Amino acid sequence: MTDISDRQQLGYIASQAADARLNLELETEGMTLNIGPQHPATHGTLRIIAKLDGEQVIAADPVMGYMHRGYEKLTEVRTYPQVTSLINRIDWLGSFANEVPFILAAEQLMEVEAPPRAQWIRTILFEMSRIANVVLFLGDMAVQVGAVTPVFFAFRDREHILNQIESATGGRFHPNFDRIGGLKDDLPAGWVAETKQVMKKMRGFCDEIETLVMGNEIFQKRTRGIGVIPPDVGLQYGLSGANIRGSGVDWDVRRDNPNGLVYDQVDWKVWTHPDGDSFSRFWVRLQEVREATKIVDQLLDTIPAGPIMAKVPRIIKVTAGEAYVETENPLGVMGYYVISKGDLVPYRVKIRSASFNNMSITPWLLKGVYVPDIVTILGSLYFILGDIDR
Amino acid sequence: MSQLSSTDTPTEEAEIATDTVREAMLEQLSAELGDALVGSHLEPGIDLTIRVTADAWAQTAEFLKNGMGFAYFSFVSAIDWLPSPFGRDMDSQVDLALEGADPKEAEEMIWGLAGGETRFQVFARVNDIVGHRALTIKADVPADTLTVPSWVGTYAGANWHEREAWEMFGINFEGHPGLRHIYLPGEFEGNPMRKDFPLLARRVKPWPGIVDVEAMPGSDDEEDETDAGGSND
Repeated sequence: MTDISDRQQLGYIASQAADARLNLELETEGMTLNIGPQHPATHGTLRIIAKLDGEQVIAADPVMGYMHRGYEKLTEVRTYPQVTSLINRIDWLGSFANEVPFILAAEQLMEVEAPPRAQWIRTILFEMSRIANVVLFLGDMAVQVGAVTPVFFAFRDREHILNQIESATGGRFHPNFDRIGGLKDDLPAGWVAETKQVMKKMRGFCDEIETLVMGNEIFQKRTRGIGVIPPDVGLQYGLSGANIRGSGVDWDVRRDNPNGLVYDQVDWKVWTHPDGDSFSRFWVRLQEVREATKIVDQLLDTIPAGPIMAKVPRIIKVTAGEAYVETENPLGVMGYYVISKGDLVPYRVKIRSASFNNMSITPWLLKGVYVPDIVTILGSLYFILGDIDR
Repeated sequence: MSQLSSTDTPTEEAEIATDTVREAMLEQLSAELGDALVGSHLEPGIDLTIRVTADAWAQTAEFLKNGMGFAYFSFVSAIDWLPSPFGRDMDSQVDLALEGADPKEAEEMIWGLAGGETRFQVFARVNDIVGHRALTIKADVPADTLTVPSWVGTYAGANWHEREAWEMFGINFEGHPGLRHIYLPGEFEGNPMRKDFPLLARRVKPWPGIVDVEAMPGSDDEEDETDAGGSND
């Protein structure tokens, strides 16, 4: 009896030793995976160093700075009107929206108010840059899960918006159209009717994306329940835009503090989704494009007549003081803290960009997810590198 | 055209007088912080700025988040109040690298809203998204240690912002889990956002934009415009 049990014991030990040897051979001390700096999911040049245990991410560390252009420093040697041409390039897909909060902050310091017509056109162009920006996301998100067609639809239909922005401002990507006290030019003849047609097309695009992408089983499987952000965590990290509204937080600067833009003049709705996953962020953005087309439509009907510039001195010296103005930009809340010493140039400009905060959650969010989900989660957070690095 | 002249006369309504929401915020904060609240500035209907001591920096965040419902973290950054020793480089008409820049006489430091005492200040902004309130918090950074307590324990999102402020201004955040470079390469020396850190592009080449600057607008110019506008009816 004892023989047998000894033999069993020995056999057991031998098998354990073999297992241990095998384990030693297969031992992977956590693999390090470099994603980027050049990767289709990164919208620019972002690098993520991910430590993996098998297919699972143990730690993810984004490395920024490949696109750091030092805008905060550069603003200190540029006059106020020159600054807008710089900050156009922060979020390059929705450029006009970048100019607005800075101009509003300068206007607040100078106690200048743009005439109603300028406020209306500002809001219209603001929402159009939201559409131009988010439409690309809607197509791009499908690419992240392997469907290539929708992004071509997105590029095709974004052209209509860009054409309208170009005909009004002269620039497709960098309008540089906003001025302290108003706007550079009035709208060209026939623009209102054309833009209404374009809005109709954009609503068609939204329906197309909804039927093409959202009901798709693969899309649902890859995004539902993936990358869940609880509201309290999202708030701590300062997430904004669809990223926080996708977590069920009902907060939109456009509605709650429209300072200087005329969102209180139109009938629209803030959409939220309770799930907080990649899918809900996509869903909220889709609704926001629809909502934006409605806002533009209503504003086009009610543009007041009148001048587009308030009276401002030809050479602008902004009154000494400090002002912080934030607006709900396509990527989330963007704000400028402008400190003026009554000079031609700002003394200090702190640019609070949406993507920097949105991105800062990734080390927390990517912990424990599987490698293929990194791409969909990053895609659904929707950042633009210029908006992170500034 | 008569509208042109009517738009620039600001309609000063009576709403400026009181701002109960922000006054209540300020009262609550001064009750909690006591002597640690060293300055405040309330612009009715626009914004509230408070200044606290560096020691109370983290405590203020804790109270704002858990005691007053400011759950939303917006940003943390810093200000360097040193007047630029280079003046405004854009004004220079000569190649400063060749000519050599004359050292300017030291100007006085002038602080912004809610005052200040030291060269560096940290400032931050938090929102209460339910009550739609927000405020700016500032703190003087002690000149000898250049250290303030970190906010990461209260608002996890402060992590990257403090790394940025550390890199750009050289301010230490005590209790931060890992102050390391965020934008610049690891071997980079200096703190670029400090006012005495030269913007080299401007030092080596005169700014071409200078030719556009005309004489300051006198009242003459503006009268011309209104005359032209007002004469057509």
